Amino acid sequence: MEDDAPVIYGLEFQARALTPQTAETDAIRFLVGTQSLKYDNQIHIIDFDDENNIINKNVLLHQAGEIWHISASPADRGVLATCYNRTSDSKVLTCAAVWRMPKELESGSHESPDDSSSTAQTLELLCHLDNTAHSNMACVVWEPMGDGKKIISLADNHILLWDLQESSSQAVLASSASLGGKGQLKFTSGRWSPHHNCTQVATANDTTLRGWDTRTMSQIYCIENAHGQLVRDLDFNPNKQYYLASCGDDCKVKFWDTRNVTEPVKTLEEHSHWVWNVRYNHSHDQLVLTGSSDSRVILSNMVSISSEPFGHLVDDDDISDQEDHRSEEKSKEPLQDNVIATYEEHEDSVYAVDWSSADPWLFASLSYDGRLVINRVPRALKYHILL
Amino acid sequence: MAAAAAAGSSPGSRPGDSPEGPEGEAPERRRKAHGMLKLYYGLSEGEAAGRPAGPDPLDPTDLNGAHFDPEVYLDKLRRECPLAQLMDSETDMVRRIRALDATYTIRKMKNDFRKMEDEMDRLATNMAVITDFSARISATLQDRHERITKLAGVHALLRKLQFLFELPSRLTKCVELGAYGQAVRYQGRAQAVLQQYQHLPSFRAIQDDCQVITARLAQQLRQRFREGGSGAPEQAECVELLLALGEPAEELCEEFLAHARGRLEEELRSLEAELGPSPPAPDVLEFTDHGGSGFVGGLCQVAAAYQELFAAQGPAGAERLAAFARELGSRYFALVERRLAQEQGGGDNSLLVRALDRFHRRLRAPGALLAAAGLAEAATEIVERVARERLGHHLQGLRAAFLGCLTDVRQALAAPRVAGKEGPGLAELLANVASSILSHIKASLAAVHLFTAKEVSFSNKPYFRGEFCSQGVREGLIVGFIRSMCQTAQSFCDSPGEKGGATPPALLLLLSRLCLDYETATISYILTLTDEQFLVQDQFPVTPVSTLCAEARETARRLLTHYVKVQGLVISQMLRKSVETRDWLSTLEPRNVRAVMKRVVEDTTAIDVQVGLLYEEGVRKAQSSDSSKRTFSVYSSSRQQGRYAPSYTPSAPMDTNLLSNIQKLFSERIDVFSPVEFNKVSVLTGIIKISLKTLLECVRLRTFGRFGLQQVQVDCHFLQLYLWRFVADEELVHLLLDEVVASAALRCPDPVPMEPSVVEVICERG
Repeated sequence: MEDDAPVIYGLEFQARALTPQTAETDAIRFLVGTQSLKYDNQIHIIDFDDENNIINKNVLLHQAGEIWHISASPADRGVLATCYNRTSDSKVLTCAAVWRMPKELESGSHESPDDSSSTAQTLELLCHLDNTAHSNMACVVWEPMGDGKKIISLADNHILLWDLQESSSQAVLASSASLGGKGQLKFTSGRWSPHHNCTQVATANDTTLRGWDTRTMSQIYCIENAHGQLVRDLDFNPNKQYYLASCGDDCKVKFWDTRNVTEPVKTLEEHSHWVWNVRYNHSHDQLVLTGSSDSRVILSNMVSISSEPFGHLVDDDDISDQEDHRSEEKSKEPLQDNVIATYEEHEDSVYAVDWSSADPWLFASLSYDGRLVINRVPRALKYHILL
Repeated sequence: MAAAAAAGSSPGSRPGDSPEGPEGEAPERRRKAHGMLKLYYGLSEGEAAGRPAGPDPLDPTDLNGAHFDPEVYLDKLRRECPLAQLMDSETDMVRRIRALDATYTIRKMKNDFRKMEDEMDRLATNMAVITDFSARISATLQDRHERITKLAGVHALLRKLQFLFELPSRLTKCVELGAYGQAVRYQGRAQAVLQQYQHLPSFRAIQDDCQVITARLAQQLRQRFREGGSGAPEQAECVELLLALGEPAEELCEEFLAHARGRLEEELRSLEAELGPSPPAPDVLEFTDHGGSGFVGGLCQVAAAYQELFAAQGPAGAERLAAFARELGSRYFALVERRLAQEQGGGDNSLLVRALDRFHRRLRAPGALLAAAGLAEAATEIVERVARERLGHHLQGLRAAFLGCLTDVRQALAAPRVAGKEGPGLAELLANVASSILSHIKASLAAVHLFTAKEVSFSNKPYFRGEFCSQGVREGLIVGFIRSMCQTAQSFCDSPGEKGGATPPALLLLLSRLCLDYETATISYILTLTDEQFLVQDQFPVTPVSTLCAEARETARRLLTHYVKVQGLVISQMLRKSVETRDWLSTLEPRNVRAVMKRVVEDTTAIDVQVGLLYEEGVRKAQSSDSSKRTFSVYSSSRQQGRYAPSYTPSAPMDTNLLSNIQKLFSERIDVFSPVEFNKVSVLTGIIKISLKTLLECVRLRTFGRFGLQQVQVDCHFLQLYLWRFVADEELVHLLLDEVVASAALRCPDPVPMEPSVVEVICERG
């Protein structure tokens, strides 16, 4: 079918930051932040019309600086947070701020692309997430299930928990923790676990993965030397509470059970260069997406360590005898982990991949040259998982 | 002759036809008798027919006449007869002369017979008289003869009786003298008689006496039997005698075996003592010799004696013996196995094989006697088990040798270098390792080959002809070792401490080359050697050479790939640190190539030398003649200007992407960690790709001031100057370095590139 073909969208600038509009569950919408040192940076709101296979974009100006990281509030469609570089006096500062987009863009107005360049709108700053003590924000993550009031930012070797108050116009540092130890420790990435009542956060610094309890801001677990080289990203399995995936400069993707930190549960080595991003599918956690600076995006089927290791479990009530028989048959054969597809539409390093928050079978990937590619899980696999 | 005469007579002339009437009365009668004799002899009288008629007794020509004158007769014949008749009469004459001869002989014999008849009659008469006399004498002597016979009988009886009466004392004497055999023979002779006449009181007394003595005899025999010291043959004699005395065989069997057990257990005890925990045990050969001559020999004697003595016992007896042998045999085997277990060390099998051979050979003899006990089979099993253990031991030995080699290599690599000297070169180390392993393999093969030597008694067992060769030696030892070698080598690729680099890269390189050499030659050589030495005859499937070679090649490939990764990582880390730790915004105008770049080039050169020691050069793409001349000017030359120049002219920000995308359309995607080929150029290409890609990614994460960008320009040009020569396709280096500089330009808010000529000058200055 032709609608399995990838849809490509090009930005004018280099770009690294990509996020789905997390609070939006109907429309397929991604936010992309650009990196330009010479021009005003932009946030592109990319609407994907699934039926017509058309992309609609809206551009917001992000004049504060080039965007290194972007994340959308899980509660409010109009609220997002960015980490951006500000260059002043031959110094580069990475700051973080919470923004609100204009109301009419929240639900994606279908403007014609021609207009967008002329009427680029500006983001409304809600609050800064930095103070003088902490700069160099690596990333900002929202509490996944909450009301969009809690946010964690990683700055150098500090992990900061913020409370957003007064409809997000004020950020109050609720608590913080920092990494002790010698050398220059710097967090590279962090994720908020959707399990345990959202009380856990995992971070990566150098080759180490750490788990934190947000209530006490204390370390829960630590996976030393999780990767041979720098850990670039991690993600929690949305359906299995102790499982998390990590990726890094050793070209590997590793899957961990945080109750046993000595050995990874599984290791994938499919990329030929650093793996910058790893994402579990929000619904079907056997689908794992990875993006790498070998310019490839790989979709893997990690069914053996997923929450559905024997295929889709169907409730007895819902199914007819025939289906029952079939599901029995299916459960008999052990499912194999494998690479579902390697997507080669990018020509530069892919620094960000993510699933759509609205359509579990659709994902976007962003390469440094500003190319955004929207792909779908192959139909055959989709039906195999669903039926 | 008579037939010839009859045939010769003319048919017309029949006897009686001849007119003989004119002859005289006496001659008449003679003639008559004559004629009858003639008739008897079938001679015809026809010759008379040829005679002139009218016989005249005085006729001188009458042949039968008294006045026969041969001269006249001949004259007459000559005169009167024609030649034919003359011939006839001559023939006739010859015949008649013959007849005359016979006639005379017979006449004489007849006379003699008549005389003899008379003599015979007289003899008969005499004989009758003699017979008569003889009969009369016989009748006279008859009576006396009968009496003599009777007397002789009585004499014999008396002698027997005397023997019987003397028996007790004789027996006693025999027993006293220890002539047990004699005693038993006497007893045997008397037994039946005494039995028969036991109703007679006198005999009964004798019998009782005898029984007492016999009992004593038996007692003494048993005593002697039990005391035992006299050795198996005498014991056997005892048993034989006891059996002859009618002792119950079963009991004797038991006792015999019990006694034998005692002796054999003694042997076992002495063997066990030799095993002893601390004392310097005799070597295994001596041990099995002792066992063989002591225990097995003893068992053989026992078995032989038993079978001889108790053959009458039938299958039950044989079964008893078998059980006996089984039980003691198993104890013996347990001891032997304990002793053999102490032999597990060491690499030399010759003593062990000889010991096993003796052990096995000794047990084949009783094996024939004691087939039911299955001792030979058990012995074969033990030998097989030991052989298997030895194979395992040798495999362990080979593994240990391999690990030892690796340790040596590590030490050699880690040894502090004497200034100006490279120490042992990698090629030399590789040769050492290879030859050391090969010699170990050969030694192991030679050692286990002893098990199949023709002169070894168990080498013709099916296990040693088939399974041992194919599954044991070929698969278990050789293939097993090569596999384990590959595994050990591969394990270096999975070492967790990727960062620390626990394995020296040179070792990876060396192992990779070793595995590759195995793939190309060594494996097939070793396996051919094995197949030649151990002619594999059975049907078990064996690992083909090609499979093993493929495994070795895969191992070599993985090791080399890992080497590339490790070395690439080392250089990457240097580059990354250099980019990450520098403040690129406030850097000063570049005056020099940064030291780290020189270090990178130095290290790459060192790696190039290292790889060159073990791997061939490999193929490069044809180089343009000016490749070494290619300077950084390309970045700002008119042709290449568009690559990033527009990015700092504020007119068209999109051009950068457009142009770089167009450029990428025409260049192939660079697989950074791509499979490595087995040559130097490919290895170096891999390492440089990894390093430069790291540089690119790191640059993209930083923000550069004008001088920062210029420094990157200088650095990249320097790398360009020195790295192109190492790679397969220099275009690759250009491409990656171009991208680094382009990325740095993108990451620079104020991108003013340095003049190419200045860049060149700086780089040339070093």
